[in-house]
Amino acid sequence: MENKDYSHIPGWGIDIDPKNNPTYPIKHRTDAEHKGYSWERPPQQPVDIEVLRSIERPNVSAVFGTSVPPSGLSGQIRRYAFRSSESEYGHWLPLILADRIGAVEGVIDDLKKGHIPNIFAERGWKAQWQHNRKGLVQKILIGAVITTAVVALLSRKNDSQED
Amino acid sequence: MLAMNYRGPQRVRIDQKPYPEIKHPQDAIVRVTRSCICGSDLHLYNGNVPDTRVGMTFGHEFTGIVEEIGPEVQKLKVGDHVLVPFNIACGKCAFCQQGLYGNCHESNTQASAVGGIFGYSHTAGGYDGGQAEYVRVPYADVSPTVIPPGMDPDDAVMLTDVVPTGYQAAEMAGIQPGDTVVVFGAGPVGIMAARCAWLFGAGRVIVLDHVEYRLEFVRDYAPCEAYNFKEMDDPVVFIKKTTDWMGADVCIDAVGAEAAGSPLQTITGRKLLIQAGSATALHWAINSVKKGGIVSVVGVYGPTDNLVPIGNVVNKGITIRANQASVKRLLPRLIEHVQNGVINPKALITHRVPLEEVADAYRIFSDKLDNCIKPVLIPPSAR
Repeated sequence: MENKDYSHIPGWGIDIDPKNNPTYPIKHRTDAEHKGYSWERPPQQPVDIEVLRSIERPNVSAVFGTSVPPSGLSGQIRRYAFRSSESEYGHWLPLILADRIGAVEGVIDDLKKGHIPNIFAERGWKAQWQHNRKGLVQKILIGAVITTAVVALLSRKNDSQED
Repeated sequence: MLAMNYRGPQRVRIDQKPYPEIKHPQDAIVRVTRSCICGSDLHLYNGNVPDTRVGMTFGHEFTGIVEEIGPEVQKLKVGDHVLVPFNIACGKCAFCQQGLYGNCHESNTQASAVGGIFGYSHTAGGYDGGQAEYVRVPYADVSPTVIPPGMDPDDAVMLTDVVPTGYQAAEMAGIQPGDTVVVFGAGPVGIMAARCAWLFGAGRVIVLDHVEYRLEFVRDYAPCEAYNFKEMDDPVVFIKKTTDWMGADVCIDAVGAEAAGSPLQTITGRKLLIQAGSATALHWAINSVKKGGIVSVVGVYGPTDNLVPIGNVVNKGITIRANQASVKRLLPRLIEHVQNGVINPKALITHRVPLEEVADAYRIFSDKLDNCIKPVLIPPSAR
């Protein structure tokens, strides 16, 4: 290493720190540490909306987000998910399911408000048309082939049932 | 106000949303001047992070001007131009006291592993983020930092996540002088990790990616060796061979859940969601590192349904050496580096997009179109 010249690299070695060991940053040990959840907590944000709480913590955190409270069917599923700990299938799988249902609920909600979602714009297809026309055309063709195949398969099943 | 609105996997749009409110005495309301789209936003965008609810606003990298403050805010005043670290941290709990601001225990009710993060699903606290005109910033006296006089806001916005995450990746790697460091991924964080590896005394820095324009960029920016793994039979064997069959001293996973390179991982992790994203980069890192070497993980993985909580390993910072960056702890040193010209963060910004065109910006970044390295969204009031 002593034969190498790193002078062309600005700042080479500027942050070499012999104390940079695998436990950095080092824990500040005090007697309070041994008492667990012992710090002086910040004031509590008023809990005036429904906030789901991990069962792995004793309370609602002093602040929390208020982005989208649970609602509808997806909300029911999320409430169910929060009965299980973060180590359980029963927590994450329902949340993934709820996310997918939430996307459908979002479309229904838009339609209820008289807004027809512009899926092409939401997917950024204008940018894709501008920068990757071939990829977009390919995507549309693949989608069309799959849809046609599914429709054909379903109608064949219906035909055979009628026979 | 205008705000990005998530509508489901790969669907986002700009909508009118209510102006945010002060909800806690230590809150501030910030008028956004810059907000980035981060590689980890793509995990949300693709629907890989559980409890990402329709109606949320993403965005955890932003700068802005303080518009309103709560009654207990003392350090900030209305009119201050601040950079806002992506972690929401109380500064008082046992973890903040240890400098683990990414693991605050008083900012996320909905999960115990990770602290609160702006615009990063309800698993990270359910906060709306900065891809909007205004945003609520809790614990305004703790992490938000007034942009130093003379600092370019484009540099400042990169200090909210990209620079500290890349720097902490190199710091956690415990690099010793002369070490060979391999970085998986030449996205903005991988590029920054490669650059910062030199600051800790690396002797050789190698970056692997599969997008040619990113490889060209990192070769020039870092400066380092950069290779396309698609041109290799096996990236792990390549690293072994180029290190005299010993393996690298240090491997950094700067990719996370979106990794390309293994069809099996892509199908099980990204398409079927039966594991916490595609763990290809993590596999390669573990297998390419020298025995006794160090693997540093800053790539984000979703919580998992295969019961191997690799996402929690990252989020809790347990001893594989993995964590969300503790931005507040690193900021003073990084501001110094930017001011002294040691690192040039704004050079990563390739696209400046009006906030109103957020859907196109996500598509360009997600599909790696138009040689995009890092897009920044500019709200109407900041143009």
